[in-house]
Amino acid sequence: MEYTSPLEKTLRAIALTLVVIFFMFPILWIFLMSFQTNETILRVPPSVVFEPTLTNYQALITGKLETSAASLEINFMRNLFNSVFLSVASVAVAMLLGVPAAYAFARHKFRGSEDIAFTLLSFRFAPPLLVLLPLALYFQQIGLADTYIGLIWVYQLICLPLILWIVRGYFEDISPDIEYAYRIAGHSWFATFRKIALPLAGPGIAAAGLLAFIFAWNNFIFALVLASADKQPVTVGALAFITASGIQYGQIAAGIVLSIAPTLALALYAQKYLVEGLSLGAVKG
Amino acid sequence: MTMATTPGRAPRRFRISKRALPYVLSLPALLVCIGILIPFFTAVFYSLQRYRLSQPWARKMNWGENYLNFFSDPSFWNTLKVSLLYAGLTVVLELLLGLAIALLLQKRSTINNFVSIMLLMPLMTAPALAALMWKLMTNPGFGILSYFLTLVGIDDFRWGASSSSALFTVILVDIWVYTPFMMILLLAGLRSLPKQPFEAAALDGVPRIQQFWRITLPMLTPYILTATLFRLLESIQQFDIIYAMTQGGPGDTLTVFQVEAYLNFFQSTNVGRSAALLMILWAITFFISNIFIKNWLRLRERARGEA
Repeated sequence: MEYTSPLEKTLRAIALTLVVIFFMFPILWIFLMSFQTNETILRVPPSVVFEPTLTNYQALITGKLETSAASLEINFMRNLFNSVFLSVASVAVAMLLGVPAAYAFARHKFRGSEDIAFTLLSFRFAPPLLVLLPLALYFQQIGLADTYIGLIWVYQLICLPLILWIVRGYFEDISPDIEYAYRIAGHSWFATFRKIALPLAGPGIAAAGLLAFIFAWNNFIFALVLASADKQPVTVGALAFITASGIQYGQIAAGIVLSIAPTLALALYAQKYLVEGLSLGAVKG
Repeated sequence: MTMATTPGRAPRRFRISKRALPYVLSLPALLVCIGILIPFFTAVFYSLQRYRLSQPWARKMNWGENYLNFFSDPSFWNTLKVSLLYAGLTVVLELLLGLAIALLLQKRSTINNFVSIMLLMPLMTAPALAALMWKLMTNPGFGILSYFLTLVGIDDFRWGASSSSALFTVILVDIWVYTPFMMILLLAGLRSLPKQPFEAAALDGVPRIQQFWRITLPMLTPYILTATLFRLLESIQQFDIIYAMTQGGPGDTLTVFQVEAYLNFFQSTNVGRSAALLMILWAITFFISNIFIKNWLRLRERARGEA
């Protein structure tokens, strides 16, 4: 082992501590805030000693928020439901469309396949508003404005390229020989796809789905442009929240905690897969 | 080749010819994409029009006028300047910070693995919500960060609310969210480097700082390039953090491309200008994404070859 001086060790420890504080403090602070009333939040100097209360969460769940002026009705649970529904449905649709396409791109180098795959990938990088603004006008004409179906379709902009590119990489990693052997034994391509390719690429498909879910959940701009209050996910709903005047700060914090908890929990649960997925498989560590 | 045309082996009922199979499989995905291409071309069309939602009667083609107007339009130059400044500063700072943290965490140990998992959390936080979190922390009345500043004697720092510190504030949030992304990619890169050159250098007594400049950095360059280009692509289009934090304000301090286009569309209902702005942003991202994709594919091939 190489020798590290005590000075270097100390400096490293200090640097690491600063890094952890900078990146963890905001989450910790908002978490603490969500258990406080305005009284303890507004104390000077601020303190971490307080009587924790669940009233903020209660108010959010019942949908009746006490403000200094009056009782305000904000249906945050509806936003939370929208987030769950939109993310799950979008990922399901993207899987249904994306996994077969990924298989086709991986196994059959057909004419134009690379061009199509690149076009799909470039959507990942195009400015979302470029598509959203004309779409907002179209949706009004064809009656898709402010519907779940319209939103789920637009969410394919994020989910589909992600699934397609990650899953394609996993299919390419499976040796085609296994599939040939199975087909020579007299099975159809569909049976081969279902019994051989799908299970082998299973972990990759799960990872891609997970990542697509997180991206869909965290999306803000799509619903901001296309959805009205009762279809909005938490990312947009929470913004309406903070601009409402006289709201208890603890309730905003509680709303944020409820909104970020699902993605953080998923990330911790599946952190192994995330690294690869985040780089679209660019770095296989 | 003839599997699909020789009957007998597999059940006959429903067979797709082998030639058509890949097209059939990818067709649904393609259809969804065509649905996305239509609004794209509509946007091109809008950008060539005089089109205000508030004056539908005055709508007509004006060809390149929206674009030509940009030359003499100070608010366009402001948009361009703020966007480039935001993208440049966030990417450079995140690269330096991410590289430093990756180097700190390079050695595999329980504590290092724990810290790198912790750092996933800001990255998994929705950027719009991250902006709200920082908004709560920088509130002049009760924000903890404002309080910390008063401790060191700064009483009137107004974070996102003042035009002199708004850019700093949103960049801070961006750094909080996206530095872990840089760190994760560079850490994966660092850990995949071959060991021999370092062992040889250590034997020859090359100082560690020299090892970093002469070996680590050159070998890490493809990873740095990929991560930087990727972040640049996203950062030049940043909307969530800026919109959630200040709505582009105060004034026009933070009207980056997408925020300006959004405000043009919904507030001044100037569809033509909004579309033209987005077309220019698209041209910039298209240029960067082409370099990125080429670079990324090369890295991917290499990673696959070594795996």
